[in-house]
Amino acid sequence: MIRVVLPAHLRTLAHVDGEVKLEVEGQVTQRSVVDALEARYPMLLGTIRDPATQQRRAMVRFFACEEDLSHEQPDAALPDAVAKGDAPLLVVGAMAGG
Amino acid sequence: MSGVRVLVGTRKGAFVLTSDAKRERWDIAGPHFSGWEIYHVAGSPADPNRVYASQSTGWFGQLIQRSNDGGTTWEPVGNQFEYDGVPGTHQWYDGTPHPWEFARVWHLEPSLTDPDTVYAGVEDAALFRSTDGAQTWQELSGLRRHDSGSSWQPGAGGMCLHTIVLDPRDPGRMFIAISAAGVFRTDDAGKTWRPTNRGLQSGGIPDSDAEVGHCVHRIAMHPSRPDVLFMQKHWDVMRSDDAGESWHEVSGNLPSDFGFPIEVHPHEPDTIYVVPIKSDSEHYPPDGKLRVYRSRTGGNEWEALTEGLPQRDCYVNVLRDAMAVDSLDSCGVYFGTTGGQVYASPDAGDNWTPIVRDLPAVLSVQVQTLP
Repeated sequence: MIRVVLPAHLRTLAHVDGEVKLEVEGQVTQRSVVDALEARYPMLLGTIRDPATQQRRAMVRFFACEEDLSHEQPDAALPDAVAKGDAPLLVVGAMAGG
Repeated sequence: MSGVRVLVGTRKGAFVLTSDAKRERWDIAGPHFSGWEIYHVAGSPADPNRVYASQSTGWFGQLIQRSNDGGTTWEPVGNQFEYDGVPGTHQWYDGTPHPWEFARVWHLEPSLTDPDTVYAGVEDAALFRSTDGAQTWQELSGLRRHDSGSSWQPGAGGMCLHTIVLDPRDPGRMFIAISAAGVFRTDDAGKTWRPTNRGLQSGGIPDSDAEVGHCVHRIAMHPSRPDVLFMQKHWDVMRSDDAGESWHEVSGNLPSDFGFPIEVHPHEPDTIYVVPIKSDSEHYPPDGKLRVYRSRTGGNEWEALTEGLPQRDCYVNVLRDAMAVDSLDSCGVYFGTTGGQVYASPDAGDNWTPIVRDLPAVLSVQVQTLP
């Protein structure tokens, strides 16, 4: 099971507490994880990536294993620890403002 | 017993304020969608239980929420606003071509007759329509594809389609306003559009009486007289008596003719309300006095309404979608401020009291008169 931590606003929108656990078929990548996330929680469509371009929203970041993976290719494999469920993929609203 | 429901959108959530017809005691519910910008909350004239809300943030984009119980519970519905075809470009602030990019929904206008039909005015300026209760959206792209579209430029707040006025007499006719392109009218339910800005004079554009390019802030219509329109422009309060074919100025004795909202009394088609703001660079009331101005003559002759409003040290703004009227016998007038107050007058503006004082900055105020 893949573990995903959503930011507070998206947890509220999806009506979930704590981590989300997902079954992901095939290679575990940003794209496959977000595909599974949107399939389970359709209210999240468009909030993490643009629905038309499928690009990550500029102020959404992907962190895992103390690394910023936001600029990795969407189809690049996520770290083994994420794929094995040992570490969560963190979906983060970028810090902004004063 | 009849009553009112005031739908308030703020920088950090939505609030629903309800009262009986006396409008003395208020129940305040919210925040809904806490922490999100709520540009507009709008109820259906055909079914007051059906309410739509535009919810967005710079982080997570645009959502549309729908309620079937008057704003008590909500469900997210369709949020895909895709421009029809290849969007092309409009002008950027510096005059260079800029791709059309969806940013947010500024305004929702439910159909007068069908709760499942609703229009959305968006930034970058375009008009969308849903006929399935906001599950799916289709652009009425004849507007954006108007010959002048590539020359439209954003106002300071972005290139937004912020006003949609439906003609109750003719379902094919509607008016929209864009900052800073101006007013456009369709007579064929949105297939084709033409600018209706003749008579407008704007000092901030190279050709002051150009066909397109005016920063119209808001237009309003009385349903009994759909050929008469009132406009608050960037500067100037204007009136049209021929469905937008021509406009003339009715600023009269206003202390400033800059402002954002304009509203029409529900029972007196020649009674209109504006909130003068000092200038385009000083978005607060002249002299620190928050005054609504009322004209009972369709413009030109204005009286200040001050009873209950702060008359010193007040430096808030009232945004274009943040004023509304109810349709009870004694007309209620409502407006919200960027300082978080929502004021109500149960007597057509003679006396005001704050319903709430300390909300986040108010972006929109809409009123439903309940049976």
